Amino acid sequence: MSNGLGKFIKTLQLDTRLLGMIGAFIVISVAFHVATGGTFLTPRNLFTLTLQTASVAVMAAGMVFVIVTRNIDLSIGSLLGVVGMLMGVIQVKILPEMLGFGHPAIWIITLVVGIFLGAAIGAFQGWLIGYLVIPSFIVTLGGLLIWRGAAWWVSKGTTISPLDPNFVMLGGASGTIGVTASWMLAMVGSALTIWFLVSSRRKHIAHDFAVKPVWAEYALGAILVGAICGITAIMNAYMVPTRLLERRFAADGLEMPEGYTEAYGFPISVLIVLAVAIAMTIIAKKTRFGRYVFAMGGNPDAAELSGINTRMLTVKVFALMGALTAIAAVIASARLGSAGSSLGELDELRVIAAAVIGGTALAGGVGTIYGAILGALIMQALVSGMGMVGVDSPLQNMIVGGVLILAVWIDIIYRRKTGDA
Amino acid sequence: MTTPLLEMRNISIHFGGIKAVDDVSIDVMPGEVVGLLGHNGAGKSTLIKILSGAYKKDAGEIFVDGQKVEINSPIDARTHNIETIYQTLALSDNLDAASNLFLGREITTKFGLVDDTAMEAESRKIMARLNPNFQRFSEPVRSLSGGQRQSVAIARAVYFNARILIMDEPTAALGVHETAMVADLIKELKAQGLGIFLISHDTREMMDLCDRVSVMKNGQLIGTERVEDVTEDDILSMIIMGKNPKKAA
Repeated sequence: MSNGLGKFIKTLQLDTRLLGMIGAFIVISVAFHVATGGTFLTPRNLFTLTLQTASVAVMAAGMVFVIVTRNIDLSIGSLLGVVGMLMGVIQVKILPEMLGFGHPAIWIITLVVGIFLGAAIGAFQGWLIGYLVIPSFIVTLGGLLIWRGAAWWVSKGTTISPLDPNFVMLGGASGTIGVTASWMLAMVGSALTIWFLVSSRRKHIAHDFAVKPVWAEYALGAILVGAICGITAIMNAYMVPTRLLERRFAADGLEMPEGYTEAYGFPISVLIVLAVAIAMTIIAKKTRFGRYVFAMGGNPDAAELSGINTRMLTVKVFALMGALTAIAAVIASARLGSAGSSLGELDELRVIAAAVIGGTALAGGVGTIYGAILGALIMQALVSGMGMVGVDSPLQNMIVGGVLILAVWIDIIYRRKTGDA
Repeated sequence: MTTPLLEMRNISIHFGGIKAVDDVSIDVMPGEVVGLLGHNGAGKSTLIKILSGAYKKDAGEIFVDGQKVEINSPIDARTHNIETIYQTLALSDNLDAASNLFLGREITTKFGLVDDTAMEAESRKIMARLNPNFQRFSEPVRSLSGGQRQSVAIARAVYFNARILIMDEPTAALGVHETAMVADLIKELKAQGLGIFLISHDTREMMDLCDRVSVMKNGQLIGTERVEDVTEDDILSMIIMGKNPKKAA
């Protein structure tokens, strides 16, 4: 790149792929904003969009590791279904009888059992793949049928509802943290971002490595803090409808003060996505496990010769995928307030598409967590936007399919151009 | 006679019905370079992979400093300070030089997280010695030249205080200048007292670098000779005919 912007991007060491994805998201958003006559880029719609993306985004983070190790997991939609269903049974039929309806421990026990179940099923599939050397495509294709069948079997096809009121907060618009907490969180996030930039610069200087010019560090810091505050402002701009507030006050036997307003702030499910994204990025970049995942994806033989137990690594990767699928099941069922046996149907394809659009290479070894999550957001923006414009559902699927192929083609050209294989 | 630094005694391994290595014994003294010669499929690489822990032998014994050791995995080999530079280099192409150099042996911070800055600093130190021109530390090794990749693989073997070094065709993919650099490095490591097993097809290079050569054919050891006792033609006939001219005479 020879122009001023190119130089700016290079000096800041910004990821051009990330910028491309953000660009794509903006283009899609603006296009739908115009097409819908100004309803797409509103706090309300963006808030809903993040809620709708959360479940797929959590799984996409896990799918990055799976694909990076040259595997695939087709079972996650069904796994989400069966784990969601089991968690529904636990919190609706089993725990209330033992603890009493609405007991505050119900959601925690349900969550822990669900994550454990997801991880155990994932680990079992990983064992079949790693130790019995059955291709992951086959194991998880079998899993897709088996776990969906199991979900039906648990409920005999019925939908379990209503879910525990505390549990429901983990996925829906009822579970938000409000304006003050959102701003506090944004401040903590900004402080951590700045601390990270400063400490990484100090470390580089201590080892005599090249560093960015100071103005570039300031610019990067300003962009990141600006993004954090901007997103927070959007979430805090979506006001709770007055009728809902009146009802809430009435339920407490109070009258709503004149002119009282309240904004939603960050939904808990979005904070879960954020936590998963940060944790998974740290695992990928800063732990031996993550390093080995990428090493194995780049060259399985070399990883083996370096003393890495690639079989056990496969088990761990699929167990992690299973645990994240369980978390996604929490978000998905909590958002609906019920657990039906078709919960998560076709999610495996959405998740794989999100990871691939986010730059995860099916050949293995390459992929980022933020890319996959952005990929999920872009997909959801497309689907939601088309829904708002009134595109029929079959046509929506056709367009999403076309976009997936187009995105991968652009990615191939990008890699060829940057020599990034 | 002094104790060999490393001795492989009566090693055999077979894959299916094929005896890839059949009752072979080789050894190396401290500060000695032992060359392994033979056609493709003679069993050199297989023998060496038993030593590096990639394959498990069916029979035979391995001694380090006269002590019997068990090598069942690459980790076992590393514990005995046996390091290998594979013909394929065994690099993860998507990772940078430092990540490859420390793969499986990462430097970690006090929180148990991998310390990339420390690893890059160490990589810069060793690279300054091995290949001063090497500067591309933050790029994936796939984008490096053959010689640069080779120096990463060599750095990985040398960095961890190897006592026994296995080099499987270390110069096969290199240009003239880089080949000379590897030859200098072998001489330097030899002077430091390392025992080196060198595999190559270049007989002249072997005569130049090695103290002794062991020739293999069809999984069997044809013979081991000091280079000053034989001519290049003797070696060639051992490789091709599978006969030791000195013993025949």
